[in-house]
Amino acid sequence: MRKQLKAIAVSVGVALAAPVFAQEELNFDAYREMLADGNPAELYEMEGEELWRTARGPRNATLEQCDLGLGAGVVAGAAAQLPRFFKDTGKVQDLESRLMHCMETLQGIPSEEIVKGKFRQGERAKMAALVAYVVTHSKGEKIAVDLSHPKMKEMYELGERAFYYRTGAMDFSCASCHSQDDKRIRATQLPNITKPEGAAAGWGSWPAYRVSNSQFWTMQHRLWDCFRQQRTAEPIFASDVTIALSVFMAGKGNGAEAQWPGVKR
Amino acid sequence: MKKLFIAAPLALCASVAIADDLQAKVEDMMLKSFQANGIASLDRQKQDAVQKACSSATQPDADTMKRLEAAELATIQWPSDGNYTGGDWKEGQKIAASGRGLTWTDKTPDNNGGGCYNCHAMDPKEVSEGTIGPSLEGYAKLRGNSEEVVKYTWGKLWNSKAYNACSDMPRNGYGGILTEAQIRHVMAYLFDPASPVNQ
Repeated sequence: MRKQLKAIAVSVGVALAAPVFAQEELNFDAYREMLADGNPAELYEMEGEELWRTARGPRNATLEQCDLGLGAGVVAGAAAQLPRFFKDTGKVQDLESRLMHCMETLQGIPSEEIVKGKFRQGERAKMAALVAYVVTHSKGEKIAVDLSHPKMKEMYELGERAFYYRTGAMDFSCASCHSQDDKRIRATQLPNITKPEGAAAGWGSWPAYRVSNSQFWTMQHRLWDCFRQQRTAEPIFASDVTIALSVFMAGKGNGAEAQWPGVKR
Repeated sequence: MKKLFIAAPLALCASVAIADDLQAKVEDMMLKSFQANGIASLDRQKQDAVQKACSSATQPDADTMKRLEAAELATIQWPSDGNYTGGDWKEGQKIAASGRGLTWTDKTPDNNGGGCYNCHAMDPKEVSEGTIGPSLEGYAKLRGNSEEVVKYTWGKLWNSKAYNACSDMPRNGYGGILTEAQIRHVMAYLFDPASPVNQ
């Protein structure tokens, strides 16, 4: 009898309390809203703004002439239209690989130093601050990635294939976790990236400040950790797969409002 | 008219060629965009038959699925002494709760977690449970412990792809994620009447 009562209590509890449960215990939205006005990412943004204007590197130059796609020195709205094809490099670049290009060409800081570096250390830490500065100036902007260039089209297609590409010790692909609605890993909600709203939720909320470890993570950092948990080999910083997946997510999320920088658990 | 006849097969060839070209580019990218780090070697970037067949939004046709599943079934190592469920459910609980192991920051390939709770509900008292896989709450209470159920569960834990070639679940035994002894502990966690899963 007691067992039966418990079973009823549990099933009623699940049926009635599920939405409350989801919002109060496992849904991070309310917490995120509370933090939105005082997102600690602001500290990184301030550091990034300082770095943008400070003469650094072997050439003792600032980044104020860096062209992020909207013209030299234009930061407002720049993140919303990245990744994009750049004529001067002949490549599709995301925000981080473009900043890396600017740091090398304007300041003389070798890209190698960033590619071979570690997240949250050295030039990659400075890169993260710069990212925080740039994305904050696209906060509330609509994601507007131009897919018309053939290289962008190809990157999108490669990104889509990479998204479904199962490999590694546990047979996972991105799709293993991100192709269904309303799923969770433990208490962490997973966006369904195969749909525009899910792709926008993912793409448009990273980079983000992570409350659980008090760290600011860029999208390159986020993707790197996705692959770590997928049990693949280690993705190389700003490598094609990271750019392709970024084009796929941004392209699919086109038109939705970005929440940069995000706040995460 | 004659032109049409020529154009149609040509167009077909062209689109097939483009598709193959893209596939080759993806495979190349999935290798060249990565580097070995610790135990996470570049071998991990090469797909086996199941991984390759299940790398798109749609599953392969039924015959292909059956063929793949038969090959995976043949890899399952059944307990030589017939001991399927005699593990320690408390050890099984630890394995089910741990999602550690096999990343490039992990040192050794043994003593991995099973990561069960990442995707499955198991102990009804645990609230932080994933939802990608089906709920396993009351596993043996609901399914019983017939030879068929016990064997299926062992097989599913050892190589999930034997029963669904494109399952999201890792191949714990076949893939060297869990040892035979660890799988026996997880079996106990699922089947032992004293296990919290069956309360």
